[in-house]
Amino acid sequence: MSKISAVNKRATQTLAENISKQVEHFSKKEVECLIREFNVLVAEQNNSGRAVHGLDRGKFISTLHSIFGLTDDRMTGRVFRTFDKDNDSVVSMKEWIEGLSVFLRGTLDEKIKYCFTVYDLNGDNAISREEMLHMLKGRLIRQPNEEDPDEGIKDLVEIILKKMDYDHDGKLSFEDFEKTVKDENLLLEAFGTCLPDFRRIEMFERHVFQEQFEQ
Amino acid sequence: MGISLTRAAQWTMVSSSTAKLASTPMNESLLKEILHFVEHFSSQHPQEAEHVFEEPLQWSTTLVPSDFKTDYDISDSDVQSHERDSEGHPLLQLSPPTVYVRSFSQLSKLLHLADDKKLAEVRACLEGKFESNLHPKQSNHQHSSITHRLNLFQDMDKQILDKLLKDISEQVRLNPKAVKNEVEILQMFCGGGDKGLLKSLRYTSDFQFSNGYRAPLWRQVQGDICYLVIEPCDTETLYITCSTAGSFLNGVRLENGYERTSDAYEDLVTLLKSRSPHFADKINQTYRVLIVCLIKKAEVALVYFRKTSAGALPGELFSESSTESEEEEEQPYRHPETNTDLPSEYWQIQKLVKYLKDGDQIVTVDTLCAMMDFNLMQESCQMAIQDTGGLKVLLNLLDTDEHKCKIGSLKILRTISHNSQIRRVIVDMKGVQSIVKILDSPVKELKALAAETIANVAKFRRARRNVRLYGGINKLVKLLDCLPNFASLTPSQEEDIEVACCGALALWSCSRSTKNKKAIRKAGGIPLLGRLLKSPLQKMLIPVVGTLQECASEESYRNDIQTLGMIKDLVRNLSSDNDELQMHCASAIFKCAEDKQTRDLVRKYKGLQPLVSLLHKADNKQLLAAATGAIWKCSISQENVTKFQEYKALEILVNLLTDQPEEVLVNVVGALGEFAQIPANKAAIREFGGIKPLVKLLTSPNQALLVNVTKAVGACATNKDNMVIIDQLDGIRLVWSLLKTPSADVQSSAAWALCACIENAEDAGETARSLIGGFQLIVKLLSSTNNEVLASICAAICKIAKDEENLAILTDFGVVPSLAKLTNTTHDRLRHHLADAIAQCCMWGSNRASFGEAGAVAPLVRNLKSKEGSVQRSTAMALYQLSRNPNNCITMHEKEVVQPLIHMMGSDDEELQEAAAGCVRSIRLLYMANRNAELFTFRN
Repeated sequence: MSKISAVNKRATQTLAENISKQVEHFSKKEVECLIREFNVLVAEQNNSGRAVHGLDRGKFISTLHSIFGLTDDRMTGRVFRTFDKDNDSVVSMKEWIEGLSVFLRGTLDEKIKYCFTVYDLNGDNAISREEMLHMLKGRLIRQPNEEDPDEGIKDLVEIILKKMDYDHDGKLSFEDFEKTVKDENLLLEAFGTCLPDFRRIEMFERHVFQEQFEQ
Repeated sequence: MGISLTRAAQWTMVSSSTAKLASTPMNESLLKEILHFVEHFSSQHPQEAEHVFEEPLQWSTTLVPSDFKTDYDISDSDVQSHERDSEGHPLLQLSPPTVYVRSFSQLSKLLHLADDKKLAEVRACLEGKFESNLHPKQSNHQHSSITHRLNLFQDMDKQILDKLLKDISEQVRLNPKAVKNEVEILQMFCGGGDKGLLKSLRYTSDFQFSNGYRAPLWRQVQGDICYLVIEPCDTETLYITCSTAGSFLNGVRLENGYERTSDAYEDLVTLLKSRSPHFADKINQTYRVLIVCLIKKAEVALVYFRKTSAGALPGELFSESSTESEEEEEQPYRHPETNTDLPSEYWQIQKLVKYLKDGDQIVTVDTLCAMMDFNLMQESCQMAIQDTGGLKVLLNLLDTDEHKCKIGSLKILRTISHNSQIRRVIVDMKGVQSIVKILDSPVKELKALAAETIANVAKFRRARRNVRLYGGINKLVKLLDCLPNFASLTPSQEEDIEVACCGALALWSCSRSTKNKKAIRKAGGIPLLGRLLKSPLQKMLIPVVGTLQECASEESYRNDIQTLGMIKDLVRNLSSDNDELQMHCASAIFKCAEDKQTRDLVRKYKGLQPLVSLLHKADNKQLLAAATGAIWKCSISQENVTKFQEYKALEILVNLLTDQPEEVLVNVVGALGEFAQIPANKAAIREFGGIKPLVKLLTSPNQALLVNVTKAVGACATNKDNMVIIDQLDGIRLVWSLLKTPSADVQSSAAWALCACIENAEDAGETARSLIGGFQLIVKLLSSTNNEVLASICAAICKIAKDEENLAILTDFGVVPSLAKLTNTTHDRLRHHLADAIAQCCMWGSNRASFGEAGAVAPLVRNLKSKEGSVQRSTAMALYQLSRNPNNCITMHEKEVVQPLIHMMGSDDEELQEAAAGCVRSIRLLYMANRNAELFTFRN
């Protein structure tokens, strides 16, 4: 048993070394920890019956929910899509670590790219009015005297569009989004929470890095 | 009862001449009270009940003869009582429908008979001729019982009113008019020290809406009418809300804003009675304040009457109403503009505020960002945020857990808080608490924003106090803890510096309150500020030095600034390229350089030259004022003056004597006064043309400036050539006339200058005589209560009296008894100059004898024991002068003057020796003469 774990350990270390060369922000040791955490999550998932080589949508979203405090369904689905770069409906170990690199330690530029991808629902490299409307819908308490339930949101979308659409083409290009966010960081998550709170990050890092180092 | 009826009862004026009691619940209650009183009168006060009225009560009754039983003579149309008065009239007579009643006992019997109709009977009676019963038939009765009965009536009167008052208070819902009336009446009783009911009473807002309310609209909805600040004579200030539900203490003092913190009372008087024993006492003892409310309008009128006949009339109290002037900054609330000509931003902001209220976190952040795109420095936008309730929402966001919302909200708040009215509303809404709480946040951006917002909000006293009370000072001081001058900084350390900058900005604003200065010190802020002072960053240095110079008004800070080595850094930054920073540094040195060691340190760190070079920045008046101030204080040390001369400071300063604002002039002239202590500089000032502008400044109305100008002129006057110019410019007269200013500082400073002028002017004696009223003025000032003024005036008298003619005039104006009166002083400086003046005044006529008669000798002998050398010397000389009068010698001898004088003869001071010896000689000569005379008499 110890022999197997020793073999595993060596394999993990090699893997970690490879990945840490390709992914920013994490040391080899940290990548090792993240691999271990990934394996734990996959094991949990496979225990409940399914056997996949990575995190499937359900497990990933519940992880986002429980560990990173992301609860907005519209967003968590998109976060899964963004992590799952090869679109095979499973977040592989490499995708997991790459995703977390932005998630936990991303620079502003990386985060802008990430958020834009999350918000660009149809992947056409622009956030359209309809996409904004879809993402913001229901975020405003409906007033009883309004006929159209989305009247306020539609108006808000227009206000945001006016503010962010620098090239006046009626939608937000990546450049529009980037310029706006650099101007006012608060607008990074303008259409929904898709990054964890700093407290969750601290908690996760403490849990994954420190506690595992101690083992 | 007259009062009840005339004040309280509501009469309807019908077209006919007869008055009718209106049928109101109030009157019903009044009638019941009177009925009760009358019914029980005969059983409670049988004797008084028998008193016969002067005129019968007479009214149309509904009673018929058949209602009457025994004790009455009943015929078919007529009823008469068996009881009759002395003239045989029946005490009760009924000739339907009219009834005549002549005594209370009959009245009460009648009412008893009337049974269920008795209320109607009382009403009819009152409507008939009730007032007549207040005039009992005096002829029939002893005086004492009449008085007794009058008292009964008055008691009754009071009881009824009390009862009514209770009724009224139960049903009243306050309205603006009632509150206004009550406030107005109470204001009449404000002030007048202990005689008044209250020290002051005022509204928080002078603005009154057309509906009579003074509360902001959004509070009016809650029923608030207005807010009052009341200072009782004996307890702390009360902050009161008057609302339709009653008056209660609000949370302004405890920073709970509009929260109710006490029971609600029907009226202010009751509330105040419960809070201020003095008020309750006064109002019970001296005034009976009755609130009579007419039910429909609940109009409040107060009727007071005095129980005691002695003492001041309340009218006297009215005349002295005092209202404490509130901080100027607190302007009355501006009310929301009417909807007509609002700018389009108003509607857009209103919409955004709505989204802020209704949106989730994402929408809130988006909306906040959209709001930031408005020009938030523009007043219309600021007011739109306030008027649409946005301010409240922004402040509420600060209490949420969403740090992005907090950041967005603070970004808006820090900008709109440049508006003074917004600042006040933030404080009113307990915003300071929320902002202070954020200073503990782990997010540095939030801390910085919160501190920056505090820097803006804490521009007025109440806000600053709030920051302190909620522990803000400690938290802000903690923000200062960073490493300011590391060569290479991590991003996190850079953030720390940003936070520290904002913290310093906030402390700078807060440090304008004395208590905050103490709190900053207590929180350990000074060493941290000292560390930040080494920072190379101007944006850091400006608030840090700003705070330090603000706090340098406290001595403890000045010591710390010196001992913690901050002078060096302050001096270094005098050479910065930023005017504001230079100004604060100079200003800090200005305040600290009162201390000699600090002055030496400034010189040691080569701060004098940069100070002089700041004088070239003549366009920046604030900077110039600070720099000249620093030069003034530094020049108190002669070594510094020498240094300053190397940098040609004197010439520049003289050139600054014209066309400068007063705050610069005060300092320039102050500096010249110090420079002129060195003889060479006196001539230099003249050569640079400084005498003329200095003399011209003697006509300034600014007291601080006058003190310095007179000092400088006095210093210059000791140079003969200068004095010639001063004399030509009529300087003596100008200085003399300054003795008339009410300020003691100016008076004494002018008197000292006068000494120098008179001493050095040619024919000063004649000049002095030419000043009409001048001598009276001098003698009059001898009754000043300020020792410094007295000392300076004595010194001036000593100089003036050197001219014999002047001394004669002074004597005529009674200088001798005035000086004699002062001899009991214990103030050494005054003793010294007083003795000089006395010695000088002895030179005329019988003044020596007059001093003796005025009792000046004995106290002078006592003053001889002063430890101060100058006092001993002057006093010995005065005694020597006085000893030429034999009677004075006797007094001196009695007071045992010889021993201390003999002691003084052994002094090293020749003048003192001579004076002491001369005095002893006089006493000895007198003794010898006496003995010779005795021997001569004996021989014969």
